[in-house]
Amino acid sequence: MRTVSAEKLTKAVKDSLIKINYELDNSLVTLLKKAKSKETSNLSKSILDDILENQALARDRKAPLCQDTGVAVIFVEHGLDVRLDGNLDDAINAGVRLAYDEGYLRKSVVQHPFNRENTKDNTPAIIHTKLVDGDQIKLKIASKGAGSENMSKVVMLTPSDGIEGVKKLVLDTIFDAGGKPCPPIIVGIGVGGNFEKSAMLAKEAILRDLDDSNPDPSLNALEKELLSEINALGVGPMGVGGETTCLAVKINTFPMHIASLPVAINIQCHSARHMEVTL
Amino acid sequence: MIRITPPIDNATIKQLHAGDKVLLSGTILTARDQAHIRLVKDQATDLDLKGAVIYYVGPTPARPGEIIGASGPTSSYRMDSLSVPLMERGVKMMIGKGNRSKAFRNAMIENNAVYMIATGGAGALLSSKIKSVRVIKYEDLGTEAVHALEVEDFPCFVAYDVHGKSIFKGDV
Repeated sequence: MRTVSAEKLTKAVKDSLIKINYELDNSLVTLLKKAKSKETSNLSKSILDDILENQALARDRKAPLCQDTGVAVIFVEHGLDVRLDGNLDDAINAGVRLAYDEGYLRKSVVQHPFNRENTKDNTPAIIHTKLVDGDQIKLKIASKGAGSENMSKVVMLTPSDGIEGVKKLVLDTIFDAGGKPCPPIIVGIGVGGNFEKSAMLAKEAILRDLDDSNPDPSLNALEKELLSEINALGVGPMGVGGETTCLAVKINTFPMHIASLPVAINIQCHSARHMEVTL
Repeated sequence: MIRITPPIDNATIKQLHAGDKVLLSGTILTARDQAHIRLVKDQATDLDLKGAVIYYVGPTPARPGEIIGASGPTSSYRMDSLSVPLMERGVKMMIGKGNRSKAFRNAMIENNAVYMIATGGAGALLSSKIKSVRVIKYEDLGTEAVHALEVEDFPCFVAYDVHGKSIFKGDV
């Protein structure tokens, strides 16, 4: 059996968190540039200019893109034929601690919902672990800010609400959120499973590659349709009106109970900070 | 483009219209969730808020040799009800991001104040407009402490003006 050292995993978590907080993914920058070329008002253009200038500055100076450097969210796909020589959660949290300290990232985690005392090292990370075939450990690493997370929701629709019910929920949610989640946004939608599964599907959906296409043709069509309907809402960059409210819609589904139609909508701001590493 | 230096008076507020781009220079205060709760609860009479500007920000830590880390705006709606007593104590301008409640807007107009937005997520860019930083209250709150920032040509937009207009799509 292959062995991966906990130290190596810690370093991968640390390096990834620092990198994603300083450098926006190139495919995202391309979409933002395209969005800017479509805007007609000086106001929305000026906001997209700020966003583009900001990412260039952050990249050059190796500085955080946004002051909300988020909570670390880590999806682990752990191969059955590989062994980590230490505790997985501890190794991840050690990486988070190092990244937020050495990378000068903001520690935004509080210990308790009511006393709001800061944990001072941005731990604990939110960790989701899945056992898979193979001898590798794949980590999907994200820094998720609260502005967009706070505009997300899970709703238990009923089967008769159908696809139209899902579409209405998505459009209403995004319109009501307005400028708060820092549009242009990326929308992850989880449909099916149950209450908590739908939320997991939505979170994984926002971690998909921006330029991938859904392997299910009907979902692929729905992603495109929702993208254009969201943009037709006219919310625009930071809510000031404009052509681009949303850069991409990603929908993940799972089988569900005959009586249920759970829908989760997870919103990601324009500073979408995530990457994958395989050990 | 309008240039403003705090403290801000009623005449200046009246001249501002939703959508106007403003460059701020001078001293502005920072406060977000926890500092608002304390400022309202404590009364904090030692802090003069007459004509003051409050920026909703919790920056990342400064690197050695730098003044401040990323300093973009946080969502304003969380401060909606707490903003009202502060406007009654003289706050004239609030800078954040996103739309706010109708009750906030009404109180803002009543108090002759204005709500501005800065570009959300542009933390690196906005921090380059900050020339000095000092903590003036609630140091234990860390990033959420009340800081006095000296800014130069800090860019923001009028979001809600005293004439009842809004920058946001969907607002009446």
